[in-house]
Amino acid sequence: MGNEDVILRFEHVSKMFPGVKALDDVSFDIRRGEVHVLLGENGAGKSTLIKILTGVYTADEGRILLNGREIKPTNILESRKLGIGTVFQENSLVPHLTVAENIFLSREIKNSANLIDWKETNAQAQYWIREMGIDIDPRTQVRRLSVAEQQIVEIAKILSQQPSIIILDEPTSALSDNEIDNLFNTVNKLKEEKGITFIYISHRMEEIKYIGDRATVLRDGKFIGQLPNLEEAKLDDIINMIVGRTLEEKFPKRQVEIGDVMFEVEHLTVPKTIYDVSFQVRSGEVVGLSGLVGSGRTSTAKAIIGMLPKEKGVIKLNGKPAVINTPHDAIKIGIGYLPEDRKREGLLLDKPMYENVTLPALHKFKKFGVLSKALEHQTAEEYREKLSIKTPSVERETKFLSGGNQQKVVFSKWLCAQTKVYIFDEPTRGIDVGSKSEIYRIINDLAAQGAAIIVISSELPEILGVCDRIVVMCEGRVTGELSREEATQEKIMKYAIGGAGSYGKVEATH
Amino acid sequence: MEKLKLPIKDRKTTSFTNKPWFSAVLPLIVLFVLMSLIKPDTFLTTSNLMNILRQASTYAIMAVGMTFPIITGGIDLSQGSLLAVVAIVAGMIIRDTESILLAVLAGLVIGAVIGFLNGTVIAYLEMPPFIMTLGTMRALRGVALLLTKGSPIDIKLEAYRFMGTQSFLGIPLPAYMFILVAIAGQFILSKTATGRYIFALGSNVEAAKISGVKIVRNRIKAYMISGVCVAIASLLYISRLGSAQPIAGEGYEMEAVAATVIGGTSIVGGEGSAMGSIIGAVVVALIRNAMVLLQISTYWQSIVIGLVIVVSVSIDIIRKRIEARRVG
Repeated sequence: MGNEDVILRFEHVSKMFPGVKALDDVSFDIRRGEVHVLLGENGAGKSTLIKILTGVYTADEGRILLNGREIKPTNILESRKLGIGTVFQENSLVPHLTVAENIFLSREIKNSANLIDWKETNAQAQYWIREMGIDIDPRTQVRRLSVAEQQIVEIAKILSQQPSIIILDEPTSALSDNEIDNLFNTVNKLKEEKGITFIYISHRMEEIKYIGDRATVLRDGKFIGQLPNLEEAKLDDIINMIVGRTLEEKFPKRQVEIGDVMFEVEHLTVPKTIYDVSFQVRSGEVVGLSGLVGSGRTSTAKAIIGMLPKEKGVIKLNGKPAVINTPHDAIKIGIGYLPEDRKREGLLLDKPMYENVTLPALHKFKKFGVLSKALEHQTAEEYREKLSIKTPSVERETKFLSGGNQQKVVFSKWLCAQTKVYIFDEPTRGIDVGSKSEIYRIINDLAAQGAAIIVISSELPEILGVCDRIVVMCEGRVTGELSREEATQEKIMKYAIGGAGSYGKVEATH
Repeated sequence: MEKLKLPIKDRKTTSFTNKPWFSAVLPLIVLFVLMSLIKPDTFLTTSNLMNILRQASTYAIMAVGMTFPIITGGIDLSQGSLLAVVAIVAGMIIRDTESILLAVLAGLVIGAVIGFLNGTVIAYLEMPPFIMTLGTMRALRGVALLLTKGSPIDIKLEAYRFMGTQSFLGIPLPAYMFILVAIAGQFILSKTATGRYIFALGSNVEAAKISGVKIVRNRIKAYMISGVCVAIASLLYISRLGSAQPIAGEGYEMEAVAATVIGGTSIVGGEGSAMGSIIGAVVVALIRNAMVLLQISTYWQSIVIGLVIVVSVSIDIIRKRIEARRVG
């Protein structure tokens, strides 16, 4: 190991939390100018490591060397001054400020009168955005940008601070394939032209092989090993290192009798959002709702459960039209929606796990009008065991759980509510391989019990792996339907970008 | 992840220092002990202590009511003016009909209706609670002045004065009343679905909505509970004082907010307790009493209460930070 090309070295880093050894004697190097992938399940210690590096936590033992010098940042500003920039999973831009204002927030460029020099600010912002290979007017308000553009701005902001290391924490979870390509081009460009080192965290196996140079695997807070050549590493080997066991199959097979039509959506229309969407789901069937980000998948789900006002359209359950004006109505007749953003829409983060689990079906825990905490605890314990949710107690607030465990809590909510139709929106976003296959197992179990299931996902392998039938949407319309047998990634993409083989708008089917 | 042996029950729930109202208990104890040492002969007398409880009763009951809108992430600024309107209407009914039952019923109905009005506009139009209740605060004060043409109404009916002036086992009846209201409030918050929903919508309204919580209905309930609590406080208030002033209750809503936040209720919603709020109200009453006994000017009272608000909320914030660091 040549010392000169090591930019960052972790030496015997340990961190304890009550009940958990989050990091246990972790040592490894990161080389200058590489894209170094951190791999591990949720709770493996990746986030803790990053938080120590950025000064959110301090290590109990061990040290971190940057260019051979020990660093001990105590907050994110200090780490930034050391040249470590972080692009967080949740974007940290201020929506009502412009791109330029965001990029130079807290570092405003002033003129001789000590007022903000707008000309210079905008010019410099423009420069950093162009560096990213795109063209956005720096005077645009951030809220008017797409999620992908916001992410680019976020990286431009970090870049303008001229860091030597950039941490990317799940940067692609909200991006479409096209946008991911752009992001990767940018990363490669910055790596090659500016020699910037990247620490990259992601759960998507396909992309880390593509973007990463080397990888370090953590499991249960311990250093497991390094993969010196990611491109040539076998996917199965990587997964084995991460989970420490062989996953029998990424997508477990299932033997389910598909029954009668249980759930029907007919001509569902929401003004300016979705148009004339119709599809059916049978009992025991898993139907995938695919399409690019913004194609109307989530809007369809939200219109079904009464979160968006329907202009037109009928929802039928077991052949009978259902009146659904609010999510409350939807749950009452047996339709549950697992939202795509668990922190914003799925959880009461400040509340204990058990209160989250019982919320949609709270009426079941009443005895003579009074809530029975004992019964609630008992039920929460059941799901904690059944879904192997890692938490020291069902009383622990959900904000303290890892992403995968949080997602399992959200699943518990709907299992507890015992609805008959389940809509799972990005059920495995941002969670690790181990939890993913557990979630696929839950979906299969539900199907086996005769539920009708809709899965919305941006990950094509996932859609192909779990669904019996795939409905593809584009620009608010259903553009195609494929059975499991005939579906391929290519066919889905074809429909997703605007219909069977032809680009552009599909004819309205009125 | 190596799991260490943890007791089945999380320490968090059993620990006294982690209760949200802990930050109010501390100033309560400190004040009490200090005053007992400085002025044992005047402070530590039954009559003085009972006086504190009697004075705390109005704020305490209002604060229990205020706890509900605040937990939803809102506020009810109309409390003080509503107190006056209820006082005047109930006072007029007693003066003109001598019917206590009618006066009490009318008072409670007015409280519920105003709460319903506040809650409905806030929930349906998604109007900021601050604005809506600022509006009702001003309007109701006008109503109070209109009804009385500016002059107070005397309540001479002895039977009605009973509740506010008498004691049982040496403890004033209003004290029983505010403890009763606090127990009822705490029961709703921690033992009923309504309470859980009110916390849920204050904690994360989007998640609550998707989980099937009826947002509009529960928001309205929170403001109705506030209104009814104010009505109870008002009925007791005129019983204690024997008159209903059109300017009664001016600024009381801020006292109630103070008591509520001193009691550990989070002003951004999602967290709080009725028990904390009455402790907060007693703390405020205790400070006022101490100032009087120490012959410190009323100007200082305001300064000290201001400081106590800031200090006790600081304790609460620091407590949560330590907790977050500990758990990770």
